[in-house]
Amino acid sequence: MEIIKLINALPGCVSQGVIWGIMAIGVYITYRILDVADLTVDGSIATGGAVATVLLMAGVNPWIALIVAFVVGMLTGLATGIFHTFMGIPAILAGILTQLSLYSVNLAILGKANLPLNATKLELLISQRNVRALSLDNPLIVLAIVTAGVIALLYLFFGTELGCSLRATGANNAMARAQGINTNTNKVLGLMLSNGLVALSGALLCQYQGFTDVGMGRGAIVIGLAAVIIGEVLFSKIFNNFALKLLAVSIGAVIYFVVIQVVLWLGLDTDFLKMLQALVVAVFLAIPYWKGKYFNKKTGKGA
Amino acid sequence: MANTMLHINHIAKTFNPGTITEKKALLDVELTLNEGDFVTVIGGNGAGKSTMLNAVAGVFPVDSGKIEIGGVDVTHLPEYKRAKYLGRVFQDPMTGTAATMNIEENMALAMRRGQPRGLKWGIRPMEREMYREQLRTLGLGLEDRMQSKVGLLSGGQRQALTLLMATLKTPKLLLLDEHTAALDPKTAAKVLELTEKIVAEQKLTAMMVTHNMKDAIAIGNRLIMMNAGRIVVDVSGERKKNLTRAEVMGLFEKAAGEELDGDRLLLS
Repeated sequence: MEIIKLINALPGCVSQGVIWGIMAIGVYITYRILDVADLTVDGSIATGGAVATVLLMAGVNPWIALIVAFVVGMLTGLATGIFHTFMGIPAILAGILTQLSLYSVNLAILGKANLPLNATKLELLISQRNVRALSLDNPLIVLAIVTAGVIALLYLFFGTELGCSLRATGANNAMARAQGINTNTNKVLGLMLSNGLVALSGALLCQYQGFTDVGMGRGAIVIGLAAVIIGEVLFSKIFNNFALKLLAVSIGAVIYFVVIQVVLWLGLDTDFLKMLQALVVAVFLAIPYWKGKYFNKKTGKGA
Repeated sequence: MANTMLHINHIAKTFNPGTITEKKALLDVELTLNEGDFVTVIGGNGAGKSTMLNAVAGVFPVDSGKIEIGGVDVTHLPEYKRAKYLGRVFQDPMTGTAATMNIEENMALAMRRGQPRGLKWGIRPMEREMYREQLRTLGLGLEDRMQSKVGLLSGGQRQALTLLMATLKTPKLLLLDEHTAALDPKTAAKVLELTEKIVAEQKLTAMMVTHNMKDAIAIGNRLIMMNAGRIVVDVSGERKKNLTRAEVMGLFEKAAGEELDGDRLLLS
């Protein structure tokens, strides 16, 4: 257990965290703003990776590849949105259906289960190999720019009439409809926006790790939720502004990856990693419930 | 002859048809409201009062019949499209506002009722002054708390705000569904007073469901009573003004052909 090993791993954790932070911001839009648990993300993050990989291998400009991945991600959200609103399928199940079908879609895009991206031969935006570089090649620079751009655009969007109506849809469906808001359209729009960001994150992730795998999104929703919840637990008292709340989600993702690294460094068998992830999220989800129970008892006695 | 603002043309609604929980909520409701009518609606639990209001609002489609608001046939319009014509206040103070959004954001949402929502700013600075003025008329001090989340307000404050929001953009018809039932008597009286003031000032056409016979008689220019999915009593004008509680009871018994059960009606 050499501490130097852990310190060496930290820059990688931070980069990975920022990439997954963009995905987690997408999860925040559905889970917190729309009040819908969307499981499409396990598929759409790999879709983003697959689309970007194919485009990059064809020599397309990497920024354009990111944009195309975002748009294709929005289409995955559209599919879930149609399942949910037009076909009346509960949101969680609608997401599972899209996620499952995306496995086939992703295989079709990639042509096989796994494709490598060679950072020396291709023009990539970021690469894991530069993670400790003290130069402009360091992935953190591009990642910080993309994250800042995403947060700024979302901040502006949710301040518009349309953005406000989306927030109202999540906050109070009945009220939103009484104010003339088409809540179904808004849910579809929110799912599209969310999965667009998730796919964007996938497009960055495949470049960073140097490959795309159709299974790379397995359990992504759990990481996204973990980041959202960690961000809220740590920063909800000090961050009131919407942009800062999104930043908290991104920081939450970084903290999540650092914590996982520490646990691995302490000697956890990597086979148990997914189980650990799930249990961590389960406990964090339970905290508000336990808190409520505890406080209710208190007030009950007092009354 | 005044303009017709609402025409409910023989609507019927059965919930869960063909199942064990089948409920014939509305049998054959026929009602015409003229511009400026303020009608109070009373009746026992399950008489169909709220169902009638929700049918007008488009919460569910009706089985038969037609609904026109201000001459427009809205029978097949979804709830969010009918919102253009309607101001609504609900029984539960939590229903009418978005708790996680602040006061001015809620008002801005209401200000855009029935308009397409695009990428323009959700609230423009000049609107804020107008909202502040409007909030001041409530006399609740909300004009100094425009950045506060609505979830922090009391039930009475939320109902007053919902009422303001419902009438911010003058509706063709104001639907009040027992909007004071969840409030304590003092607050209820205040919200009711505010309701009368707003309806009078804006010369609104309004329909108010209530369980309070005294209010039903004292407020508005018309009173209807429902029983088992039908309107059984309809009194307006001078006769409504001079109505007494005993008289309403008598009218009900005559129309419904049954002994009035005071408990079931929850009249106070």
